[in-house]
Amino acid sequence: MIVLKHTPLYETHIKYGGQMVPFVGWEMPVQYKGIIQEHLAVRKNVGIFDVSHMGEIRITGPDALPEVNRLTTNDANKLVDGQALYSTMLNERGGIVDDLILYRENADNILIVVNAANAEKDFAWIRSHLQGNAKAVDESPLWGELALQGPRAAELLQHLVSFDLHTVPFFTFRHGEIAGVTVIIARTGYTGEDGFEILIPWNDTPAIWESLFAAGAEFPLAPCGLGCRDSLRLEARLSLHGNDIDETTTPLEAGLAWVVKMDKGDFIGKDVLAKQKEEGLKRKLVGFELVEPGVPRAHYKVADARGREIGHVTSGMMAPLLRKPIGLAYVEMEYTPVGSELWVIIREKKVKAKVVPTPFYKGTAGQVRATPKG
Amino acid sequence: MDPQENRYTKEHEWTKIEGNKTRIGITAYAQEHLGDIVFVDLPAIGKSFKRGEVLLVVESVKSASDTYAPLSGTVVAVNDALNSAPELVNKDPYGEGWMVELELTNPAQTQDLLSAEEYATYIASLA
Repeated sequence: MIVLKHTPLYETHIKYGGQMVPFVGWEMPVQYKGIIQEHLAVRKNVGIFDVSHMGEIRITGPDALPEVNRLTTNDANKLVDGQALYSTMLNERGGIVDDLILYRENADNILIVVNAANAEKDFAWIRSHLQGNAKAVDESPLWGELALQGPRAAELLQHLVSFDLHTVPFFTFRHGEIAGVTVIIARTGYTGEDGFEILIPWNDTPAIWESLFAAGAEFPLAPCGLGCRDSLRLEARLSLHGNDIDETTTPLEAGLAWVVKMDKGDFIGKDVLAKQKEEGLKRKLVGFELVEPGVPRAHYKVADARGREIGHVTSGMMAPLLRKPIGLAYVEMEYTPVGSELWVIIREKKVKAKVVPTPFYKGTAGQVRATPKG
Repeated sequence: MDPQENRYTKEHEWTKIEGNKTRIGITAYAQEHLGDIVFVDLPAIGKSFKRGEVLLVVESVKSASDTYAPLSGTVVAVNDALNSAPELVNKDPYGEGWMVELELTNPAQTQDLLSAEEYATYIASLA
């Protein structure tokens, strides 16, 4: 029998009407009142997600920064204290072990937040590849995490913190107090909207959840499940590890070249990416929308006009805000330019699609930017 | 409560027989479990189905679910309103959310279907 893990909010979810489902070993709410309603609440107002299942790994020691930089693709050297960075961690074949966010406390202390599905694997990977004077600690059991997301997230959270949230621009974080509990407040998220991810000592998580709902009564704050977490991230074209990216896809193929810094020094997987750059890619992840009725889903095949298979869908849905069938697919390079015609095979039927620019929808994320430092 | 005059299947379809025709949809229980319905892939008019064959596919935000023909017949009408408003299946599964009308090819099959009461007992056993 598989025993599903519970976050500190398990009882809270039941109380708030969450429909609980198994998800990568955890029992999590897929929805409360409905995926579309929750999706729209985050796009137009403010919603909250329990993301306590995410993994947290802390790297400390004099070599923490150079080691993190060697294990990941983006340039962690550019971070200042209190800054966050989206990055990928590759295997020796250039495949993506996981995508993650680095939080630099200081050069000797970097917290990495990773996907729940990969948390154990990532920790084992980091421990076996870490060199020099740096050590990794799995802090996943210590941290609960809430994601407060939506254009009104800052307005709500401002009621509960004593400092001006404008001092926490996109992809930065700071320590602060909510309801007497010291937490880490980061302006990051997985929805395409402005918002915060709040790391909370595990046992204090329900109290912070309730404080946010008390402060959010007038908005009203919507509890949100994994269902709309997936639909929001896809509209914003944020990658889902296990679907759009995995250990067989490189960040270049996945359209994540912007988190690969070839000039920063050595990192695991770099030589494979250098070779891919030199030889050119064979396939790439593109955004598409159906121009005929249907709903694309992960694993559906993609064909050309003659029916020859040219790729496959990795994520797809009827986009709740856009009300259009959209998806992501790996296709041969010839079919990657915007406007290219593709056919998605849905139940043996060819349904016409076209490649479109992404993100499919640009939300409010990143509207509060750091003032450039001189 | 599910309408008394309908007949039901264990796959959560309802069918409302009038003469040699029947209207088909999915039950309140089915739509609630599927969640927000975003697309109904309706069959072509004139197409014939045997009982138990996949008649159409209902797509919710999360998944695609087959809906089976509760009776054998030929499609004589489909609910075109669902093309622009699939959410009618959630809002009114026994009314405006109907899906297909079949002309029956074997009306004797109807005796194998569940009554409203039998269906209610069945879904209670699933909880």
